Amino acid sequence: MMSLLHRFSGSLVPLVAALAALAVGAVVIIVLGANPLVGYGELIKGAFGSGDALADTSVRAMPLLLVGTGICIAFRAKVINIGGEGQIVVGALLSTVTALAVPDLPPIVLIPTVMLAGIIGGGIWGAIPGALKAYLGVNEILSTIMLNIVAIQVMNYLLRDPLIDPLEIQRGTRIPQTERLSENADLPILIEGTRLHLGVVIALVASVIAWVFLWRTTVGFKTRAVGHNSAAANYAGMPFKRMTMLALTYSGAMCGLAGAVLVFGSQSHRLITDGSSLGFTGSSGFNGIVAALFGGLHPLWTIPSSFLFGGLLVGANAMQRAIQIPSALVIGLNGLIVVFVVSSTSVRDRLRQAMDISRMRTQSVAAKTQPTDE
Amino acid sequence: MSDFFTLSVLVATFASGMRLATPYLLAALGETIGQRSGVLNLGVDGVMLLGAFFAYWTVLETDSRLLGVAVGLGVGLTMGIAYAIVTLVFKAEQGISGIGIYLFGLGISELLFLKQVGIPRGIPSFDDLKIPLLGDIPHIGNMFFNHSMLVYLAVLMVPVLTLVVNRTTLGLNIRAVGESPEAADSLGVSVFRTRAVAILVGNGLAGLAGAALTIELGTFQNNLTNGIGFIAVALVYFGAWRPVGVLAGSLLYGLITATVTQWKTLGIVTGATASLTTMAPAVLTVIALAIIARRAADQPAALTVPFSRDG
Repeated sequence: MMSLLHRFSGSLVPLVAALAALAVGAVVIIVLGANPLVGYGELIKGAFGSGDALADTSVRAMPLLLVGTGICIAFRAKVINIGGEGQIVVGALLSTVTALAVPDLPPIVLIPTVMLAGIIGGGIWGAIPGALKAYLGVNEILSTIMLNIVAIQVMNYLLRDPLIDPLEIQRGTRIPQTERLSENADLPILIEGTRLHLGVVIALVASVIAWVFLWRTTVGFKTRAVGHNSAAANYAGMPFKRMTMLALTYSGAMCGLAGAVLVFGSQSHRLITDGSSLGFTGSSGFNGIVAALFGGLHPLWTIPSSFLFGGLLVGANAMQRAIQIPSALVIGLNGLIVVFVVSSTSVRDRLRQAMDISRMRTQSVAAKTQPTDE
Repeated sequence: MSDFFTLSVLVATFASGMRLATPYLLAALGETIGQRSGVLNLGVDGVMLLGAFFAYWTVLETDSRLLGVAVGLGVGLTMGIAYAIVTLVFKAEQGISGIGIYLFGLGISELLFLKQVGIPRGIPSFDDLKIPLLGDIPHIGNMFFNHSMLVYLAVLMVPVLTLVVNRTTLGLNIRAVGESPEAADSLGVSVFRTRAVAILVGNGLAGLAGAALTIELGTFQNNLTNGIGFIAVALVYFGAWRPVGVLAGSLLYGLITATVTQWKTLGIVTGATASLTTMAPAVLTVIALAIIARRAADQPAALTVPFSRDG
């Protein structure tokens, strides 16, 4: 974890990792009997080749960016939040319930209200593992995994019974989805004729706020201090437990906001479940981690990074149409990129350590106070 | 509800619970060995998916279920070699590289399934093997001694791994490098080799768990595991890093799943309420984790801490 906290933004490591993953992908494509150059060409065209493509890429990048900025803050406080999927779902649920409860508010009031509901929902779903870790010492990786399952099943329950579209019951089709939510909550389209909606701006603003929070506020400084050296931060009187909880809450809130934007920016303007989380979130809870890592855990670098990964996910569909290689390839490559980035970062850190080793010897006592990974 | 509390239904539900528990058990046992050596593998679900797909594909093409199981194991071992390189050579952060392995397995298994198979076709499951004498005991026989060979294999792994961990040199080494790699190293135990073995065992069992899942279900689909691998990781904590504890946790999951399915069949709960019942084990696990966390002494002290001599 410590190694991650060293900034590698601006370095070549993520790019080399991405190129290596794409090279592996090319081999897979060749083995499956297709032409990788054509495939990747179509992928890039499908992601960035036209105004429509850029709009779709931005929309797809939005949840990655929101999840990613939350991840930046959590990881900097040394908390691993892999509960993004569940936090997105709870944010979506609470915002949906809100829109169903007060559908007639004017857009100028309703849109901020449902977004806030998403933030609160996700925030609560992040605060629970945060409190469990801070006050009971429960490993956040495990609790967030379990809370993902709980969130998904709650969604399945609500969409199959209490929140189901009355029309689905009338018709007897019983597709687990809500009715079309209030038009007043629709996120406005920014450029007529494309799918680019206000959610993209919300995500951009959120990442700038995260940057201001981390580098321009006292609380942000404390968060980073706790992550960097919890022993020293504790010694300096910084409330370690509260910081841990705050970081997970913030991270969850960003995921919850992503959930709300996913619902009200969707083309169906409903919340739909396919029984798992993948159907609704598109694995954004995990892919957002990839985007944040790729952006060196820096909220602003996560913007281009999310845009890139959003493009990969959108372009993968174009690739599928052109060379019949399923778009799932890109999910697999994202996984490889994570492995490569995490591996290469630590290699670089160890090289740096090796060079500093003579200097380190004299400061070995200081080094010992560094917290070890949990 | 009275339909449920008849002897034959209860016996059938228990037997089905044993079968459903098998993939959890195999994966969680593997993760236990890995964690006892100090290595966390969050990518179990991805390894399971790859093991499951390749086992499924093998059975589809060759009609040999045994070969399918062997291929599942082989895929697991291959992923084990990769994970050993990532964690032991590159000393990558384990929690996050596990997410990478998961995404890799999720994407590649779906890719290959769609490309090579496309439409799900059924494969034969293993026949039930009735154990002589024991299998004839009324009810008890059907509950415990009339299962497929994979169920027996998984349950048999519990005493075997308990013995290996507690009574062999390899087990002692695994525990030593998980608790204090520096001390083990100073006594001449190779931290690298011991952890590599534990990682191979862990991933091999995860691949096997995937094979067991797909052959038991007789089919494959995208994201077949639906998070079983992640639950398996939690079961290790739940079982306090002991194979017997892991067995108890796996059975709990299997039995609850079987009960919910049975209730749905009998019409005791509707499809919607079944979702709520399905999440019961997850809630239980969070509560259990909160209680267990207080006796964190059980956790291997060097879990997720990479080892290098110049520390």
